[in-house]
Amino acid sequence: MLGKKSFFLIMLLGLMVVFAACGREDENTNQTSNDVENESVSQDEKVINFMHLWPEGSSRQHHMIVQEIVDEFENDHPGVTVEMEILGNEQYKEKLSVIGASNELPDVGMTWGGGFLDPYVSGNMFANLNDLVTDDFIPGTTDAYTVDDVVYSLPLELNITPVYYNKAIFDQYQLEVPETWDDFKAVVQTLVDHGVTPITLGNRDAWTGSMWYMYLADRIGGPSVLTDAINRDGSFEDPALIQAATEIQELVEMGAFINGFNGIGNDEAKGYFINEQAAMYLMATWDLPEWTTNEDNPQEFRDSVGYFKFPTVEGGAGDIDSYVGGPGVGLFVAEDSDVKEEAKAFVSYFVERWGEMSVINAGVIPATVVDTDGIDLPQMYIDILNDLNEATNLTLYADVQMSASAADVHLNQIQAIFGGEVTPEDFAARHEEALESEE
Amino acid sequence: MNKVMSNKWVIALYVLPSLLLLGGLVYIPIVLTGYYGLMSWDGIGEMTFIGLDNYSRLLQDSTFWLSARHSFLLALFSTLSLIAYLAISLILSARLKGSELLRKIYLIPMLLSSVAIAQLWIKIYDPNNGMLNSLLTFLGVENPPAWLADRSTVLIAIFIAIIWQYAGFYIIIYSAALKGIPYSLIEAARIDGATPFQIAYKIKIPLITGVIKVTIILAIVGSLKYFDLIYVMTGGGPNGASEVIASYMYKEAFGRYNFGYGSAIGFALLVLALLTTWLIQKLTASKDELQY
Repeated sequence: MLGKKSFFLIMLLGLMVVFAACGREDENTNQTSNDVENESVSQDEKVINFMHLWPEGSSRQHHMIVQEIVDEFENDHPGVTVEMEILGNEQYKEKLSVIGASNELPDVGMTWGGGFLDPYVSGNMFANLNDLVTDDFIPGTTDAYTVDDVVYSLPLELNITPVYYNKAIFDQYQLEVPETWDDFKAVVQTLVDHGVTPITLGNRDAWTGSMWYMYLADRIGGPSVLTDAINRDGSFEDPALIQAATEIQELVEMGAFINGFNGIGNDEAKGYFINEQAAMYLMATWDLPEWTTNEDNPQEFRDSVGYFKFPTVEGGAGDIDSYVGGPGVGLFVAEDSDVKEEAKAFVSYFVERWGEMSVINAGVIPATVVDTDGIDLPQMYIDILNDLNEATNLTLYADVQMSASAADVHLNQIQAIFGGEVTPEDFAARHEEALESEE
Repeated sequence: MNKVMSNKWVIALYVLPSLLLLGGLVYIPIVLTGYYGLMSWDGIGEMTFIGLDNYSRLLQDSTFWLSARHSFLLALFSTLSLIAYLAISLILSARLKGSELLRKIYLIPMLLSSVAIAQLWIKIYDPNNGMLNSLLTFLGVENPPAWLADRSTVLIAIFIAIIWQYAGFYIIIYSAALKGIPYSLIEAARIDGATPFQIAYKIKIPLITGVIKVTIILAIVGSLKYFDLIYVMTGGGPNGASEVIASYMYKEAFGRYNFGYGSAIGFALLVLALLTTWLIQKLTASKDELQY
């Protein structure tokens, strides 16, 4: 049996080992951080923390361009290093809101426009980037990032949403590209009669279905009816918006959309289009590489993809050159960044180089003007860039225009209207409730 | 030795490290969550004190009660599934040929991450190309259900995936408990002419009631705060048909930037879980604990 004293001694020894280990660890970390400080003092090293959402695995080309631009920037700016943290899209979005809550934003990061910005702007977390806006931007692209005349982020991409279709399937049933809504419904009916799925739709994500609704609203009620309803100059009870919802339900009843669309995510839905199991797919131009340059998809399939503009509705107020779309992600600079000047320089450098490289190397349509002369692009890109020049209107995605909580109601209601759970009138009423409660 | 252990300082010395850890990581955040629940806060800007407004809103929030109903349904299902797990463990404990291998096979789902399991089941449930519907079509079923897309089937489809996910965990617990029963008892029963069913029902189960009670609590509390498969497989959709309390809390706090209200939901979840645990302990309490 151990005596009391010797027992204590042993316990003390044990504790000392534990604490000594902790202490050593602390010393170590102190030392490394000292090293970093010493270095930064001696070489005046500045570090820009940069968070982006294009991991190598899922966005290879984007990832490579970013890496290239960062390398160039570091070469041109001795004494500045850029440290990157890379997350996938959804994880990025979540991480940003979590670190935003604890005020630990990176110096430079990516954000979306519209309602997504609101909490960051009202929390005074993003820096004013007005002095970085140049004439190179396509007019209107910075609007989505502007609150009270202050630009908080510089856009990198611009997307519009055409309807992609499979030419092989259309040829097989002697179908013409529809230009009016009645033609479109006739195409759908023919495909349904032959047992072909007309449209693939990943409505688990709901913003996908929202684009169908937005287009119908535009074609029936004109370019401003939906935007007005969202910013309270109008109402969701507008007859045009009710009719748009009714048209959606009619399409669903015809069997236009793939079986089980409310449980399918967008990536799975795209898979149906790529497997040629569905004839049409409404999606933004960020998917252009899939139909042109992506070697993972069979050449035969890529050759058979075409696109058409969303058809017009007879008697409706919208025209065919009006698009649903808008800028995608943009770059922000954190307001309380320690290296704000360097971060701003990096952002404007990035935007400029991105505009030159992105369309050729990654097939991204940048938010800056692209000179199509003398560059070698797949024909579909040239066509889209030309369409973009002729665009009469660009309506920003509804869920981006709304505040986060109204967007949540909107997306749930989109699933409900597609699922036939609500009437078009109730659909409008729910939206009115959600938007009114915010006023 | 006993003398040392009765010294209050020594007791404190042993308890303190884990107490600090537990306090810092569990109890203080609980108190903070309750505190945030009294605030109107978007997670980033200023907090404003609004008293019990969040909680009174919660009581009238039909989405909250719907998701609470789904959570309790899940709790019910997981508890019922314990019967199946117990049956499997009893069969496995009967020293059958290959029962060791089977036990390892049942454990595999536990080794997969939740997201992998969710992706796997999404593929199985795919309405057009999925394994399940291909099989149903092959068997001649016309228009098989669209599982995750259909309000009426989405919950049960996810519950099955969850039950599959946790099978290994509970089977291991029951198997370990059953192994602890002295073989002499079973042998004696057999000599007295008891059938295998009687041995299971009259001897084995009563001897592991303690473990069974623990698993019931684990299953119910685990179900109430369940989040991961649901979040990945449906995100609570379509239109809230598979929303549970935890996914609703997450959506409010991180999706709609209502940190205050999200915290209130979190706190309500805690209260519900505590109440249910207390209730189960009351209901399952028995005076005489059986012993070998």
